[in-house]
Amino acid sequence: MRLGSAIVLMGTLIVASGISRAQNIQLPQKVEAGKAFSIPTSGSGSATLYVVGPGQAIKREVSLGTPVSIPSGVLYAAGEYVVVLVKGSSRRTSTLQVVAQNQPDKLAFLAAPSRLPVDQQQGISGTVYVFDVYRNLITAPLPISFQLTDGSGSKQQTVTSSNGVAWTSMNSSGKEGNATFVASAGSVSIRRVIDEVPGEPCSLSISAHPAGKVLHLQTAPVVDCTGNPVPDGTIVTFTEKAGDSISTVDVPVKKGIASIDMPAVNGATFSVASGTMIGNEIRWGGR
Amino acid sequence: MKGTLLAIILFVLTAIFLVIGYVSPIPSAVYFAGGKNLLQTPSTPEAAAGNIAYLIKVHRWEDAYNRLANKAQFSEGAFVRDVTGRYLSLRSFATLNKFDVTPLHESANNAEVLLHLHWSTVVGTFNSTRDVHLIKDGNSWKVDWPLFQEPHVPPQVIPMTYLRWTVIQPDSGDDWGAQNVAPPQVRIVDMRPVSRASGVVILGEMINQDVVPAWVSVRATLMGKNNSVIASAGSFDMISHKLLPKQVTPFMIRFPHVDLSQVTSVQMKPLAVLVQASASPVVEIVNQQFHPGANANLTGQLMNQSGEIVNFTHVLSTFYDKNGQVVWVAGEYVSRALLPGTPIDFNIPVPEDLAKQINSERTIVSTYSTGSPL
Repeated sequence: MRLGSAIVLMGTLIVASGISRAQNIQLPQKVEAGKAFSIPTSGSGSATLYVVGPGQAIKREVSLGTPVSIPSGVLYAAGEYVVVLVKGSSRRTSTLQVVAQNQPDKLAFLAAPSRLPVDQQQGISGTVYVFDVYRNLITAPLPISFQLTDGSGSKQQTVTSSNGVAWTSMNSSGKEGNATFVASAGSVSIRRVIDEVPGEPCSLSISAHPAGKVLHLQTAPVVDCTGNPVPDGTIVTFTEKAGDSISTVDVPVKKGIASIDMPAVNGATFSVASGTMIGNEIRWGGR
Repeated sequence: MKGTLLAIILFVLTAIFLVIGYVSPIPSAVYFAGGKNLLQTPSTPEAAAGNIAYLIKVHRWEDAYNRLANKAQFSEGAFVRDVTGRYLSLRSFATLNKFDVTPLHESANNAEVLLHLHWSTVVGTFNSTRDVHLIKDGNSWKVDWPLFQEPHVPPQVIPMTYLRWTVIQPDSGDDWGAQNVAPPQVRIVDMRPVSRASGVVILGEMINQDVVPAWVSVRATLMGKNNSVIASAGSFDMISHKLLPKQVTPFMIRFPHVDLSQVTSVQMKPLAVLVQASASPVVEIVNQQFHPGANANLTGQLMNQSGEIVNFTHVLSTFYDKNGQVVWVAGEYVSRALLPGTPIDFNIPVPEDLAKQINSERTIVSTYSTGSPL
């Protein structure tokens, strides 16, 4: 099949190389992808019609003097086609523009990032490519609607596509959670999920309670600067300094807090940190 | 004529070498020939201790066990487990590369020696030293083996309630433009090139700023005059590759035989990949103490606070000066498995010339568990 198309294409290119010696064929200026159309011919007898374009090549035996009908769905790939009518040693050529349909059928929606901290200005970007039913990029301007729905409500923007592309950027909300990012064109829409996650821990504080020979150290609920609890698994480092001896342990936050038991050494100081955030320091007992 | 002369010379030389080999064979040749003369007569404590070490080296466990003075106190299996580890650990795959014996004390019937064992593993070497007591039995000495009683975790069911992250990536059936999962956000928070006698060393720290775990690595490229590349290298194992959210790891990248004066700039390239990970185990690093001066080192103990056995543990320490700048990064693999609630010592050597600059340190551990205790 491919070999046949290649042979047809090569033959047509050879024929088309003689384009300067040929006459033009009367063709419609533009044809919508997939739509039926006809090519008028003049004269008598039989000839061969070649239509060669990006991704498609058609060969038809035609009777001159009667229009050649191209049914719907046959020529569907948008682009510039070369039409060649060959009879014996004479040939006539012309070009045909096949354009994408104006009705969107499919959107390619690139939403990024998939995950970002809350309260980020213009942190979310969405880019839409609009395609027709035959996967041709619709280059005609079209209104594209972007809607971001998250914990703080819904924001909407409408952007007119240019050369088949429309893009926008939006702020992440102050509240953590999944945001739904929807792009729509006509009756077609596509949905993405953006994970709006808590930011850096904003403050850290620990308290200590004796439990036998150890101290039970526990953080207050660890939250970011907009009050969202940091995700479980966030590492909090506890440090105990007793004289020249230091003990440290990296503890993951569980259910919003981090806790650990450390030796209760009289006069020891305990501190806490997470990433680059340093929390309070407490001193146990006295010397 | 010349050929005949050459043949005669070769024959004579071969005969001479055969005689030399028979009269004075090299020890390893004797061993591989099936002889046992590599073992010395245990007429001295050093020879007796050396024999045990040699038998450990060649995995002749039964012979080693039978030569112990206190073998009635434990089984051969216990002796093997003492040396190779009861649980899967670095010791399980280690080879005794060499050993030496230092005499401490000797009387008519008793002696004390230090048996230094130098092990080789895929991640480098580690040393262990046994304070060995010897007893004279007739004309020969016998080793009273100091059996290390590795703690045993009694059969039990320990509930595990740790966090775990999984990653679902888009599959090949998804259309172009389908949403992907963003890689973790990591950042190098400190970087410093240091000139050492062996070459240039890049020290620094990296943080996982994200809310998901990351597998991290870092690569440095040294640039010279006219933007020419001098060398490029990665951190290899001098980094904790698994970083949980907000966790910080030190890193060290070595460039042997490079002079810092040739370097005009350093390009750092951090790499972060989403990985499935768990927040377990939690390992506490207790009693960290830095000992400056000669043979400067950082000592401490690791305490596994989780319920699972950790088979391989890598301790990494970052050393800072009084301004909080990274002075050195060093690490050590722990040779034994980390059992729940059981402390294990670690000892990280620090170059003496840097020790006096060190004001504070920060230690982390990276671990690997097979998941099924052996």
